[in-house]
Amino acid sequence: MNSLWMRQIAAVFRMEWRKTLFSKRGWWIYCLALGPVFLTGMHWLVTARFPGRGHHSLGEDSVVFAAMFQFFYLRGAIFFGCMGLFSNLFRAEMMEKTLHYYYLTPLRREMLVAGKYLAGLAAALLLFVGSTVLSFLFIGRHAGAAYTDYILRGPGLTQLEWYAATATLACIGYGAIFLLTGLFFRNPMIAAAIVFVWEGINPFLPSVLQKVSVIFYLRNLAPVEVPVPPPLNVMVVSADPSPAWLAIGGLLAVSALLLVYTALSARTAEISYGE
Amino acid sequence: MSAAPSSTETQVVFSDVSRFYGEVLGINRVSLTIPPGVTSLVGPNGSGKTTLMNLLTGLIRPTQGDIRVLGIPPDQPEKLCRVVGYCAQFDAFPKGLTGYQFVYSYLLLHGYSAAEAAERAKTALLRVNMFGAAGRPVAAYSKGMRQRVKLAQSIAHDPQVLVLDEPLNGLDPMARAETIALFREWGEKGRHVIVSSHILHEVDRISDQVIFLSHGYVVAEGEIQGVRNEVKEQPMQILVRCDRPELLAASLFQQRAAVEAKISADGRGLLLRTRDADAFYLMLNRVVVEQGLELESVAPADDDVNSVYQYLIGAEGATV
Repeated sequence: MNSLWMRQIAAVFRMEWRKTLFSKRGWWIYCLALGPVFLTGMHWLVTARFPGRGHHSLGEDSVVFAAMFQFFYLRGAIFFGCMGLFSNLFRAEMMEKTLHYYYLTPLRREMLVAGKYLAGLAAALLLFVGSTVLSFLFIGRHAGAAYTDYILRGPGLTQLEWYAATATLACIGYGAIFLLTGLFFRNPMIAAAIVFVWEGINPFLPSVLQKVSVIFYLRNLAPVEVPVPPPLNVMVVSADPSPAWLAIGGLLAVSALLLVYTALSARTAEISYGE
Repeated sequence: MSAAPSSTETQVVFSDVSRFYGEVLGINRVSLTIPPGVTSLVGPNGSGKTTLMNLLTGLIRPTQGDIRVLGIPPDQPEKLCRVVGYCAQFDAFPKGLTGYQFVYSYLLLHGYSAAEAAERAKTALLRVNMFGAAGRPVAAYSKGMRQRVKLAQSIAHDPQVLVLDEPLNGLDPMARAETIALFREWGEKGRHVIVSSHILHEVDRISDQVIFLSHGYVVAEGEIQGVRNEVKEQPMQILVRCDRPELLAASLFQQRAAVEAKISADGRGLLLRTRDADAFYLMLNRVVVEQGLELESVAPADDDVNSVYQYLIGAEGATV
Protein backbone atom coordinates (compact mmCIF):
# COMPACT_ATOMS: atom_id res chain seq x y z
CA MET A 1 0.00 0.00 0.00
CA ASN A 2 2.83 2.34 0.91
CA SER A 3 4.47 1.68 -2.39
CA LEU A 4 1.24 2.63 -4.19
CA TRP A 5 1.04 6.10 -2.66
CA MET A 6 4.75 6.63 -3.09
CA ARG A 7 4.41 5.73 -6.77
CA GLN A 8 1.50 8.12 -7.04
CA ILE A 9 3.40 10.98 -5.36
CA ALA A 10 6.37 10.28 -7.63
CA ALA A 11 4.08 10.39 -10.70
CA VAL A 12 2.60 13.74 -9.62
CA PHE A 13 6.09 15.04 -8.88
CA ARG A 14 7.37 14.11 -12.33
CA MET A 15 4.49 15.84 -14.08
CA GLU A 16 4.57 18.95 -11.90
CA TRP A 17 8.32 19.36 -11.69
CA ARG A 18 8.63 19.73 -15.43
CA LYS A 19 5.69 22.11 -15.67
CA THR A 20 6.85 24.21 -12.71
CA LEU A 21 10.46 24.59 -13.70
CA PHE A 22 10.01 25.09 -17.42
CA SER A 23 6.92 27.27 -17.45
CA LYS A 24 7.05 30.15 -19.94
CA ARG A 25 4.89 32.11 -17.55
CA GLY A 26 7.63 31.83 -14.93
CA TRP A 27 10.29 33.81 -16.81
CA TRP A 28 10.27 36.52 -14.16
CA ILE A 29 11.09 33.93 -11.48
CA TYR A 30 14.25 33.02 -13.39
CA CYS A 31 15.10 36.75 -13.49
CA LEU A 32 14.64 36.99 -9.72
CA ALA A 33 16.86 33.98 -9.15
CA LEU A 34 19.52 34.81 -11.71
CA GLY A 35 19.65 38.58 -11.08
CA PRO A 36 21.97 38.42 -8.05
CA VAL A 37 24.11 35.78 -9.75
CA PHE A 38 24.53 38.11 -12.69
CA LEU A 39 25.33 41.10 -10.45
CA THR A 40 27.83 39.27 -8.27
CA GLY A 41 29.35 37.68 -11.36
CA MET A 42 29.77 41.12 -12.93
CA HIS A 43 31.20 42.39 -9.65
CA TRP A 44 33.82 39.64 -9.77
CA LEU A 45 34.70 40.21 -13.41
CA VAL A 46 34.83 44.01 -13.20
CA THR A 47 36.85 44.08 -9.97
CA ALA A 48 39.23 41.45 -11.29
CA ARG A 49 39.71 43.42 -14.54
CA PHE A 50 40.25 46.76 -12.79
CA PRO A 51 41.94 45.74 -9.53
CA GLY A 52 42.87 49.25 -8.40
CA ARG A 53 39.41 50.76 -8.63
CA GLY A 54 36.79 50.58 -5.90
CA HIS A 55 38.93 48.36 -3.74
CA HIS A 56 37.12 46.84 -0.80
CA SER A 57 37.67 44.12 1.76
CA LEU A 58 36.13 40.67 2.05
CA GLY A 59 34.52 41.85 5.28
CA GLU A 60 32.65 44.52 3.34
CA ASP A 61 31.62 41.93 0.75
CA SER A 62 30.37 39.75 3.56
CA VAL A 63 28.12 42.55 4.90
CA VAL A 64 26.91 43.44 1.39
CA PHE A 65 25.99 39.80 0.80
CA ALA A 66 24.22 39.64 4.19
CA ALA A 67 22.16 42.72 3.24
CA MET A 68 21.43 41.32 -0.19
CA PHE A 69 20.35 38.03 1.37
CA GLN A 70 18.04 39.62 3.93
CA PHE A 71 16.53 42.36 1.82
CA PHE A 72 16.59 40.92 -1.67
CA TYR A 73 16.50 37.15 -1.30
CA LEU A 74 14.35 36.66 1.78
CA ARG A 75 11.98 39.62 1.40
CA GLY A 76 11.93 39.77 -2.38
CA ALA A 77 13.17 36.99 -4.59
CA ILE A 78 12.28 33.95 -2.50
CA PHE A 79 9.01 35.49 -1.30
CA PHE A 80 7.75 36.41 -4.76
CA GLY A 81 9.43 33.45 -6.43
CA CYS A 82 7.63 31.05 -4.11
CA MET A 83 4.42 32.96 -4.69
CA GLY A 84 4.82 32.46 -8.43
CA LEU A 85 5.81 28.81 -8.19
CA PHE A 86 3.50 27.51 -5.47
CA SER A 87 0.36 29.60 -6.08
CA ASN A 88 0.26 28.31 -9.62
CA LEU A 89 0.41 24.65 -8.66
CA PHE A 90 -3.36 24.61 -8.19
CA ARG A 91 -4.43 28.01 -9.51
CA ALA A 92 -2.90 27.65 -12.97
CA GLU A 93 -4.61 24.30 -13.46
CA MET A 94 -7.93 25.79 -12.43
CA MET A 95 -7.41 28.64 -14.90
CA GLU A 96 -6.48 26.19 -17.66
CA LYS A 97 -9.32 23.82 -16.68
CA THR A 98 -7.06 20.81 -16.36
CA LEU A 99 -7.21 20.09 -12.62
CA HIS A 100 -10.09 17.65 -13.11
CA TYR A 101 -7.73 15.17 -14.77
CA TYR A 102 -5.98 14.78 -11.41
CA TYR A 103 -9.26 14.70 -9.53
CA LEU A 104 -10.48 11.86 -11.74
CA THR A 105 -7.65 9.51 -10.83
CA PRO A 106 -7.73 7.17 -7.81
CA LEU A 107 -5.33 9.44 -6.00
CA ARG A 108 -5.94 10.63 -2.48
CA ARG A 109 -6.00 14.41 -2.60
CA GLU A 110 -3.42 14.47 0.20
CA MET A 111 -1.02 12.70 -2.14
CA LEU A 112 -1.75 15.24 -4.85
CA VAL A 113 -0.93 18.08 -2.46
CA ALA A 114 2.26 16.31 -1.37
CA GLY A 115 3.39 15.64 -4.94
CA LYS A 116 2.70 19.20 -6.07
CA TYR A 117 4.39 20.70 -3.01
CA LEU A 118 7.50 18.57 -3.45
CA ALA A 119 7.69 19.51 -7.14
CA GLY A 120 7.35 23.21 -6.30
CA LEU A 121 9.90 22.86 -3.53
CA ALA A 122 12.41 21.12 -5.78
CA ALA A 123 12.10 23.91 -8.35
CA ALA A 124 12.35 26.63 -5.67
CA LEU A 125 15.40 25.02 -4.05
CA LEU A 126 17.15 24.61 -7.36
CA LEU A 127 16.52 28.23 -8.30
CA PHE A 128 16.93 30.08 -5.02
CA VAL A 129 19.34 27.95 -2.99
CA GLY A 130 21.37 27.54 -6.18
CA SER A 131 21.29 31.29 -6.72
CA THR A 132 22.26 32.01 -3.10
CA VAL A 133 25.23 29.63 -3.26
CA LEU A 134 26.46 30.95 -6.62
CA SER A 135 26.11 34.59 -5.54
CA PHE A 136 28.02 33.87 -2.33
CA LEU A 137 30.79 32.17 -4.28
CA PHE A 138 30.99 35.00 -6.81
CA ILE A 139 30.85 38.01 -4.50
CA GLY A 140 34.36 37.62 -3.06
CA ARG A 141 35.86 35.77 -5.98
CA HIS A 142 37.78 38.88 -7.04
CA ALA A 143 40.01 38.37 -3.98
CA GLY A 144 41.32 35.14 -5.50
CA ALA A 145 43.19 32.83 -3.11
CA ALA A 146 42.19 34.94 -0.10
CA TYR A 147 38.52 34.15 -0.78
CA THR A 148 39.29 30.46 -1.20
CA ASP A 149 41.01 30.58 2.19
CA TYR A 150 38.02 32.50 3.62
CA ILE A 151 35.70 29.75 2.48
CA LEU A 152 37.81 26.67 3.19
CA ARG A 153 39.73 27.71 6.29
CA GLY A 154 37.78 30.68 7.59
CA PRO A 155 34.10 31.24 8.45
CA GLY A 156 33.02 31.25 4.79
CA LEU A 157 31.87 27.64 4.52
CA THR A 158 29.81 27.82 7.72
CA GLN A 159 28.23 31.06 6.52
CA LEU A 160 27.46 29.49 3.16
CA GLU A 161 25.82 26.50 4.88
CA TRP A 162 23.64 28.79 7.00
CA TYR A 163 22.65 30.91 4.05
CA ALA A 164 21.72 27.78 2.10
CA ALA A 165 19.82 26.37 5.07
CA THR A 166 17.98 29.65 5.61
CA ALA A 167 17.06 29.89 1.93
CA THR A 168 15.84 26.28 2.10
CA LEU A 169 13.67 27.04 5.12
CA ALA A 170 12.34 30.17 3.39
CA CYS A 171 11.29 28.05 0.40
CA ILE A 172 9.68 25.49 2.70
CA GLY A 173 7.78 28.13 4.71
CA TYR A 174 6.69 30.47 1.92
CA GLY A 175 5.99 27.46 -0.29
CA ALA A 176 3.51 26.09 2.24
CA ILE A 177 1.82 29.50 2.58
CA PHE A 178 1.46 30.06 -1.15
CA LEU A 179 0.33 26.53 -1.91
CA LEU A 180 -2.53 27.16 0.50
CA THR A 181 -3.39 30.59 -0.92
CA GLY A 182 -3.29 29.16 -4.46
CA LEU A 183 -5.96 26.66 -3.50
CA PHE A 184 -8.19 29.18 -1.74
CA PHE A 185 -7.91 32.48 -3.57
CA ARG A 186 -8.96 33.15 -7.12
CA ASN A 187 -6.38 35.93 -7.12
CA PRO A 188 -3.45 34.89 -4.91
CA MET A 189 -1.89 38.36 -5.33
CA ILE A 190 -4.24 39.76 -2.69
CA ALA A 191 -3.18 37.17 -0.14
CA ALA A 192 0.46 37.65 -1.17
CA ALA A 193 0.18 41.42 -0.69
CA ILE A 194 -1.20 40.96 2.82
CA VAL A 195 1.60 38.50 3.74
CA PHE A 196 4.18 40.79 2.12
CA VAL A 197 3.09 43.84 4.11
CA TRP A 198 3.02 41.82 7.31
CA GLU A 199 6.49 40.45 6.71
CA GLY A 200 7.75 43.89 5.61
CA ILE A 201 6.64 45.78 8.72
CA ASN A 202 7.88 42.99 10.96
CA PRO A 203 10.91 44.84 12.43
CA PHE A 204 8.68 47.71 13.51
CA LEU A 205 6.11 45.57 15.29
CA PRO A 206 6.08 44.79 19.01
CA SER A 207 8.33 41.84 19.79
CA VAL A 208 5.39 39.48 20.44
CA LEU A 209 3.91 40.16 16.99
CA GLN A 210 7.31 39.90 15.31
CA LYS A 211 7.34 36.23 16.25
CA VAL A 212 4.15 35.62 14.25
CA SER A 213 5.97 35.72 10.93
CA VAL A 214 8.36 33.71 8.83
CA ILE A 215 10.90 36.48 8.31
CA PHE A 216 11.59 36.87 12.03
CA TYR A 217 12.98 33.35 12.30
CA LEU A 218 14.74 33.47 8.96
CA ARG A 219 16.46 36.75 9.88
CA ASN A 220 17.72 35.22 13.09
CA LEU A 221 19.19 32.27 11.21
CA ALA A 222 21.22 34.46 8.86
CA PRO A 223 24.89 34.15 9.87
CA VAL A 224 25.85 37.82 9.42
CA GLU A 225 23.91 40.63 11.05
CA VAL A 226 23.06 43.65 8.95
CA PRO A 227 23.28 47.02 10.74
CA VAL A 228 20.09 49.06 10.34
CA PRO A 229 20.93 52.52 9.00
CA PRO A 230 19.55 55.70 10.60
CA PRO A 231 16.83 56.95 10.84
CA LEU A 232 15.19 53.48 10.62
CA ASN A 233 17.31 52.17 13.48
CA VAL A 234 15.36 54.22 16.03
CA MET A 235 12.05 52.77 14.81
CA VAL A 236 13.13 49.14 14.87
CA VAL A 237 11.99 47.14 17.88
CA SER A 238 14.61 44.62 18.82
CA ALA A 239 13.05 41.33 19.86
CA ASP A 240 14.98 38.55 21.58
CA PRO A 241 16.24 36.25 18.85
CA SER A 242 14.99 32.69 18.98
CA PRO A 243 17.58 29.94 19.28
CA ALA A 244 18.34 28.22 15.98
CA TRP A 245 16.73 24.91 16.97
CA LEU A 246 13.51 26.69 17.89
CA ALA A 247 13.48 28.79 14.72
CA ILE A 248 14.09 25.76 12.50
CA GLY A 249 11.69 23.50 14.40
CA GLY A 250 9.03 26.21 14.53
CA LEU A 251 9.24 26.95 10.82
CA LEU A 252 9.06 23.29 9.91
CA ALA A 253 6.14 22.73 12.26
CA VAL A 254 4.18 25.70 10.93
CA SER A 255 4.87 24.60 7.35
CA ALA A 256 3.68 21.08 8.18
CA LEU A 257 0.49 22.46 9.73
CA LEU A 258 -0.20 24.58 6.68
CA LEU A 259 0.35 21.58 4.41
CA VAL A 260 -1.98 19.41 6.47
CA TYR A 261 -4.64 22.12 6.28
CA THR A 262 -4.12 22.42 2.51
CA ALA A 263 -4.44 18.66 2.11
CA LEU A 264 -7.66 18.56 4.14
CA SER A 265 -9.05 21.46 2.12
CA ALA A 266 -8.11 19.78 -1.16
CA ARG A 267 -10.05 16.71 -0.06
CA THR A 268 -13.29 18.67 -0.07
CA ALA A 269 -12.41 21.05 -2.91
CA GLU A 270 -14.66 21.03 -5.95
CA ILE A 271 -13.99 21.59 -9.60
CA SER A 272 -16.07 24.54 -10.74
CA TYR A 273 -13.63 26.52 -12.90
CA GLY A 274 -15.70 29.55 -11.98
CA GLU A 275 -18.64 28.54 -14.16
CA MET B 1 -17.89 -18.69 -1.32
CA SER B 2 -18.43 -14.99 -2.01
CA ALA B 3 -21.84 -13.39 -1.65
CA ALA B 4 -23.59 -12.08 -4.76
CA PRO B 5 -23.33 -8.31 -5.05
CA SER B 6 -26.39 -6.40 -3.91
CA SER B 7 -28.24 -4.28 -6.47
CA THR B 8 -26.69 -1.06 -5.13
CA GLU B 9 -23.27 -2.53 -5.87
CA THR B 10 -24.12 -2.93 -9.53
CA GLN B 11 -26.05 0.31 -10.05
CA VAL B 12 -25.61 4.04 -9.89
CA VAL B 13 -28.01 5.40 -7.31
CA PHE B 14 -29.01 9.01 -6.61
CA SER B 15 -31.18 9.39 -3.51
CA ASP B 16 -32.97 12.73 -3.18
CA VAL B 17 -29.94 14.62 -4.46
CA SER B 18 -29.96 18.39 -4.82
CA ARG B 19 -27.19 20.69 -5.82
CA PHE B 20 -27.31 24.48 -5.67
CA TYR B 21 -24.67 26.93 -6.89
CA GLY B 22 -25.33 29.67 -4.38
CA GLU B 23 -28.94 30.49 -5.11
CA VAL B 24 -28.86 28.96 -8.57
CA LEU B 25 -30.39 25.51 -8.94
CA GLY B 26 -28.23 22.81 -10.46
CA ILE B 27 -30.46 19.81 -9.88
CA ASN B 28 -33.27 19.40 -7.38
CA ARG B 29 -34.39 16.32 -5.45
CA VAL B 30 -33.20 13.83 -8.00
CA SER B 31 -33.75 10.18 -7.20
CA LEU B 32 -32.51 7.79 -9.85
CA THR B 33 -31.35 4.24 -10.22
CA ILE B 34 -29.26 3.69 -13.30
CA PRO B 35 -28.80 0.05 -14.29
CA PRO B 36 -25.95 -1.23 -16.49
CA GLY B 37 -26.19 -0.49 -20.21
CA VAL B 38 -26.16 2.72 -22.20
CA THR B 39 -28.07 5.53 -20.48
CA SER B 40 -28.51 8.89 -22.15
CA LEU B 41 -29.08 12.15 -20.34
CA VAL B 42 -31.22 14.40 -22.49
CA GLY B 43 -32.24 17.97 -21.85
CA PRO B 44 -31.63 21.53 -22.98
CA ASN B 45 -28.63 23.61 -21.88
CA GLY B 46 -28.80 24.34 -18.17
CA SER B 47 -31.09 21.40 -17.47
CA GLY B 48 -28.58 19.80 -15.08
CA LYS B 49 -26.91 17.12 -17.21
CA THR B 50 -23.34 18.18 -16.49
CA THR B 51 -24.15 18.80 -12.83
CA LEU B 52 -25.45 15.24 -12.61
CA MET B 53 -22.26 13.90 -14.20
CA ASN B 54 -19.97 16.02 -12.05
CA LEU B 55 -21.80 14.82 -8.94
CA LEU B 56 -21.52 11.21 -10.06
CA THR B 57 -17.77 11.51 -10.58
CA GLY B 58 -17.09 13.41 -7.36
CA LEU B 59 -15.96 16.65 -9.01
CA ILE B 60 -18.65 18.46 -7.05
CA ARG B 61 -20.59 17.53 -3.89
CA PRO B 62 -24.33 17.41 -3.44
CA THR B 63 -25.93 20.11 -1.30
CA GLN B 64 -28.14 17.35 0.02
CA GLY B 65 -28.85 13.70 -0.66
CA ASP B 66 -26.71 10.66 -1.20
CA ILE B 67 -24.99 9.16 -4.22
CA ARG B 68 -23.57 5.67 -4.62
CA VAL B 69 -21.70 4.48 -7.69
CA LEU B 70 -21.54 0.68 -7.56
CA GLY B 71 -21.84 1.12 -3.79
CA ILE B 72 -19.01 3.68 -3.57
CA PRO B 73 -19.64 7.26 -2.37
CA PRO B 74 -18.09 9.82 -4.75
CA ASP B 75 -16.13 11.51 -1.95
CA GLN B 76 -13.68 8.60 -1.98
CA PRO B 77 -11.76 9.22 -5.23
CA GLU B 78 -9.19 6.58 -4.37
CA LYS B 79 -11.93 3.95 -4.74
CA LEU B 80 -14.37 5.65 -7.09
CA CYS B 81 -11.91 6.55 -9.84
CA ARG B 82 -10.80 2.93 -10.18
CA VAL B 83 -14.28 2.06 -11.46
CA VAL B 84 -15.26 5.34 -13.12
CA GLY B 85 -13.92 7.02 -16.25
CA TYR B 86 -15.13 10.50 -17.13
CA CYS B 87 -14.73 12.22 -20.47
CA ALA B 88 -15.65 15.75 -19.40
CA GLN B 89 -16.81 18.53 -21.71
CA PHE B 90 -13.78 20.76 -20.99
CA ASP B 91 -11.67 20.98 -24.11
CA ALA B 92 -8.45 21.66 -22.20
CA PHE B 93 -5.26 19.66 -21.78
CA PRO B 94 -2.08 19.98 -19.74
CA LYS B 95 0.45 21.93 -21.76
CA GLY B 96 3.29 20.39 -23.69
CA LEU B 97 2.10 16.78 -23.75
CA THR B 98 1.68 14.50 -26.73
CA GLY B 99 -1.46 12.40 -26.97
CA TYR B 100 0.44 9.37 -25.73
CA GLN B 101 2.05 11.21 -22.82
CA PHE B 102 -1.36 12.57 -21.84
CA VAL B 103 -2.91 9.12 -21.54
CA TYR B 104 0.21 7.49 -20.11
CA SER B 105 0.93 10.12 -17.43
CA TYR B 106 -2.49 9.86 -15.82
CA LEU B 107 -2.32 6.05 -15.91
CA LEU B 108 0.79 6.27 -13.73
CA LEU B 109 -1.35 8.03 -11.12
CA HIS B 110 -3.47 4.90 -10.93
CA GLY B 111 -0.38 3.17 -9.60
CA TYR B 112 0.32 1.07 -12.70
CA SER B 113 3.92 0.21 -13.43
CA ALA B 114 5.53 2.03 -16.36
CA ALA B 115 5.22 -1.06 -18.56
CA GLU B 116 1.56 -1.65 -17.75
CA ALA B 117 0.72 2.04 -18.17
CA ALA B 118 2.44 2.02 -21.57
CA GLU B 119 0.50 -1.07 -22.65
CA ARG B 120 -2.83 0.34 -21.48
CA ALA B 121 -2.15 3.71 -23.13
CA LYS B 122 -1.39 1.98 -26.40
CA THR B 123 -4.52 -0.20 -26.21
CA ALA B 124 -6.77 2.78 -25.42
CA LEU B 125 -5.30 4.90 -28.21
CA LEU B 126 -5.72 2.05 -30.67
CA ARG B 127 -9.32 1.64 -29.51
CA VAL B 128 -10.16 5.21 -30.50
CA ASN B 129 -8.05 5.07 -33.64
CA MET B 130 -5.53 7.61 -32.38
CA PHE B 131 -2.37 5.56 -32.01
CA GLY B 132 -0.96 6.86 -35.28
CA ALA B 133 -1.17 10.46 -34.10
CA ALA B 134 -0.25 9.73 -30.48
CA GLY B 135 3.28 11.09 -30.85
CA ARG B 136 2.07 14.53 -31.87
CA PRO B 137 1.42 17.31 -29.32
CA VAL B 138 -2.21 17.53 -28.24
CA ALA B 139 -2.04 21.26 -29.01
CA ALA B 140 -1.71 20.37 -32.71
CA TYR B 141 -4.81 18.14 -32.74
CA SER B 142 -8.12 18.98 -34.38
CA LYS B 143 -11.23 19.19 -32.21
CA GLY B 144 -12.25 15.65 -33.15
CA MET B 145 -8.78 14.27 -32.32
CA ARG B 146 -8.80 16.01 -28.96
CA GLN B 147 -12.20 14.51 -28.27
CA ARG B 148 -10.92 11.04 -29.15
CA VAL B 149 -7.76 11.32 -27.06
CA LYS B 150 -9.90 12.44 -24.11
CA LEU B 151 -12.03 9.37 -24.68
CA ALA B 152 -8.90 7.20 -24.72
CA GLN B 153 -7.80 8.72 -21.42
CA SER B 154 -11.18 7.99 -19.84
CA ILE B 155 -11.28 4.33 -20.93
CA ALA B 156 -7.60 3.48 -20.47
CA HIS B 157 -8.05 2.05 -16.96
CA ASP B 158 -10.97 -0.11 -18.14
CA PRO B 159 -13.68 1.43 -15.92
CA GLN B 160 -16.98 -0.22 -15.05
CA VAL B 161 -18.77 3.12 -15.30
CA LEU B 162 -18.00 5.36 -18.25
CA VAL B 163 -19.41 8.88 -18.08
CA LEU B 164 -19.30 11.00 -21.23
CA ASP B 165 -20.36 14.61 -21.54
CA GLU B 166 -21.23 15.41 -25.16
CA PRO B 167 -18.73 12.82 -26.47
CA LEU B 168 -19.81 13.10 -30.10
CA ASN B 169 -19.07 16.82 -30.38
CA GLY B 170 -16.58 17.59 -33.09
CA LEU B 171 -16.35 14.03 -34.40
CA ASP B 172 -16.63 13.34 -38.12
CA PRO B 173 -19.26 10.79 -39.23
CA MET B 174 -16.76 7.90 -39.33
CA ALA B 175 -15.37 8.64 -35.85
CA ARG B 176 -18.93 9.15 -34.60
CA ALA B 177 -19.96 5.71 -35.83
CA GLU B 178 -16.87 4.11 -34.27
CA THR B 179 -17.49 5.87 -30.97
CA ILE B 180 -21.13 4.81 -30.90
CA ALA B 181 -20.04 1.24 -31.61
CA LEU B 182 -17.68 1.47 -28.64
CA PHE B 183 -20.50 2.66 -26.36
CA ARG B 184 -22.75 -0.16 -27.52
CA GLU B 185 -20.01 -2.72 -27.00
CA TRP B 186 -19.36 -1.49 -23.47
CA GLY B 187 -23.06 -1.40 -22.68
CA GLU B 188 -23.51 -4.94 -23.96
CA LYS B 189 -20.70 -6.11 -21.69
CA GLY B 190 -22.87 -5.09 -18.74
CA ARG B 191 -21.00 -1.90 -17.96
CA HIS B 192 -22.55 1.49 -17.35
CA VAL B 193 -22.19 4.00 -20.16
CA ILE B 194 -23.78 7.30 -19.20
CA VAL B 195 -23.86 9.77 -22.07
CA SER B 196 -25.17 13.28 -22.49
CA SER B 197 -25.84 14.38 -26.01
CA HIS B 198 -27.79 16.93 -27.96
CA ILE B 199 -27.85 14.72 -31.03
CA LEU B 200 -31.16 13.05 -30.36
CA HIS B 201 -31.36 10.67 -33.30
CA GLU B 202 -28.01 9.22 -32.22
CA VAL B 203 -29.15 9.03 -28.62
CA ASP B 204 -32.05 7.02 -29.96
CA ARG B 205 -29.72 4.56 -31.64
CA ILE B 206 -27.42 3.93 -28.72
CA SER B 207 -29.54 4.15 -25.57
CA ASP B 208 -30.98 1.34 -23.52
CA GLN B 209 -32.60 3.93 -21.29
CA VAL B 210 -33.03 7.67 -21.32
CA ILE B 211 -33.23 10.26 -18.56
CA PHE B 212 -34.99 13.49 -19.53
CA LEU B 213 -33.95 16.57 -17.56
CA SER B 214 -35.41 20.03 -17.52
CA HIS B 215 -34.60 22.96 -15.22
CA GLY B 216 -32.77 20.68 -12.78
CA TYR B 217 -35.57 18.15 -12.47
CA VAL B 218 -35.82 14.62 -13.85
CA VAL B 219 -38.89 14.81 -16.08
CA ALA B 220 -38.93 11.14 -17.06
CA GLU B 221 -36.65 8.12 -17.07
CA GLY B 222 -36.63 4.59 -18.38
CA GLU B 223 -36.74 2.78 -21.71
CA ILE B 224 -37.94 5.15 -24.40
CA GLN B 225 -41.11 3.20 -25.31
CA GLY B 226 -42.05 3.04 -21.65
CA VAL B 227 -41.52 6.76 -21.25
CA ARG B 228 -43.61 7.44 -24.36
CA ASN B 229 -46.48 5.37 -23.01
CA GLU B 230 -46.46 7.48 -19.85
CA VAL B 231 -47.06 10.68 -21.81
CA LYS B 232 -50.84 10.32 -21.77
CA GLU B 233 -51.73 13.88 -22.71
CA GLN B 234 -50.11 13.50 -26.15
CA PRO B 235 -52.04 11.05 -28.40
CA MET B 236 -49.79 8.27 -29.72
CA GLN B 237 -49.01 8.38 -33.41
CA ILE B 238 -49.22 5.09 -35.27
CA LEU B 239 -48.42 4.55 -38.93
CA VAL B 240 -50.44 1.84 -40.65
CA ARG B 241 -49.87 0.80 -44.24
CA CYS B 242 -52.69 -1.10 -45.95
CA ASP B 243 -54.59 -1.35 -49.26
CA ARG B 244 -57.64 0.78 -48.26
CA PRO B 245 -56.54 3.36 -45.67
CA GLU B 246 -59.66 5.56 -46.07
CA LEU B 247 -61.90 2.62 -45.10
CA LEU B 248 -59.70 1.78 -42.12
CA ALA B 249 -59.76 5.44 -40.98
CA ALA B 250 -63.55 5.63 -41.24
CA SER B 251 -63.99 2.39 -39.25
CA LEU B 252 -61.63 3.49 -36.52
CA PHE B 253 -63.31 6.90 -36.21
CA GLN B 254 -66.66 5.17 -35.99
CA GLN B 255 -65.38 3.07 -33.10
CA ARG B 256 -63.77 6.19 -31.49
CA ALA B 257 -60.41 4.45 -31.53
CA ALA B 258 -58.63 7.38 -33.25
CA VAL B 259 -58.74 11.13 -32.79
CA GLU B 260 -56.93 12.18 -35.95
CA ALA B 261 -55.94 10.57 -39.25
CA LYS B 262 -53.81 11.58 -42.20
CA ILE B 263 -53.45 9.64 -45.44
CA SER B 264 -50.05 9.71 -47.06
CA ALA B 265 -49.42 10.94 -50.58
CA ASP B 266 -48.95 7.43 -52.00
CA GLY B 267 -52.47 6.50 -50.84
CA ARG B 268 -51.40 3.44 -48.82
CA GLY B 269 -50.15 4.97 -45.57
CA LEU B 270 -52.35 6.15 -42.73
CA LEU B 271 -50.96 8.18 -39.81
CA LEU B 272 -53.32 7.88 -36.88
CA ARG B 273 -53.39 9.56 -33.47
CA THR B 274 -54.96 7.71 -30.58
CA ARG B 275 -55.31 8.33 -26.86
CA ASP B 276 -55.35 4.62 -25.92
CA ALA B 277 -52.81 2.55 -27.82
CA ASP B 278 -53.84 -0.80 -26.28
CA ALA B 279 -57.51 -0.32 -27.19
CA PHE B 280 -56.46 0.92 -30.62
CA TYR B 281 -54.51 -2.22 -31.45
CA LEU B 282 -57.44 -4.46 -30.38
CA MET B 283 -59.80 -2.44 -32.51
CA LEU B 284 -57.39 -2.45 -35.45
CA ASN B 285 -57.26 -6.26 -35.44
CA ARG B 286 -61.03 -6.43 -35.46
CA VAL B 287 -61.45 -3.90 -38.28
CA VAL B 288 -58.81 -5.59 -40.43
CA VAL B 289 -60.55 -8.96 -40.09
CA GLU B 290 -64.08 -7.60 -40.52
CA GLN B 291 -63.24 -5.44 -43.55
CA GLY B 292 -60.82 -7.91 -45.08
CA LEU B 293 -58.03 -5.34 -45.32
CA GLU B 294 -54.60 -6.23 -46.59
CA LEU B 295 -52.22 -4.96 -43.92
CA GLU B 296 -48.58 -4.19 -44.83
CA SER B 297 -47.18 -2.78 -41.60
CA VAL B 298 -48.07 -1.19 -38.27
CA ALA B 299 -45.49 0.86 -36.38
CA PRO B 300 -45.45 3.54 -33.69
CA ALA B 301 -44.41 6.84 -35.25
CA ASP B 302 -43.48 8.93 -32.22
CA ASP B 303 -41.78 6.69 -29.65
CA ASP B 304 -38.33 8.00 -30.51
CA VAL B 305 -36.27 10.23 -28.24
CA ASN B 306 -36.85 13.32 -30.38
CA SER B 307 -40.65 13.06 -30.19
CA VAL B 308 -40.69 12.30 -26.49
CA TYR B 309 -38.28 15.17 -25.93
CA GLN B 310 -40.61 17.53 -27.77
CA TYR B 311 -43.62 16.32 -25.78
CA LEU B 312 -41.89 16.50 -22.40
CA ILE B 313 -39.60 19.47 -22.73
CA GLY B 314 -40.86 21.28 -25.79
CA ALA B 315 -39.01 23.69 -27.97
CA GLU B 316 -37.05 25.42 -25.18
CA GLY B 317 -33.98 23.38 -25.94
CA ALA B 318 -34.29 23.28 -29.67
CA THR B 319 -32.14 20.37 -30.65
CA VAL B 320 -30.57 18.71 -33.60
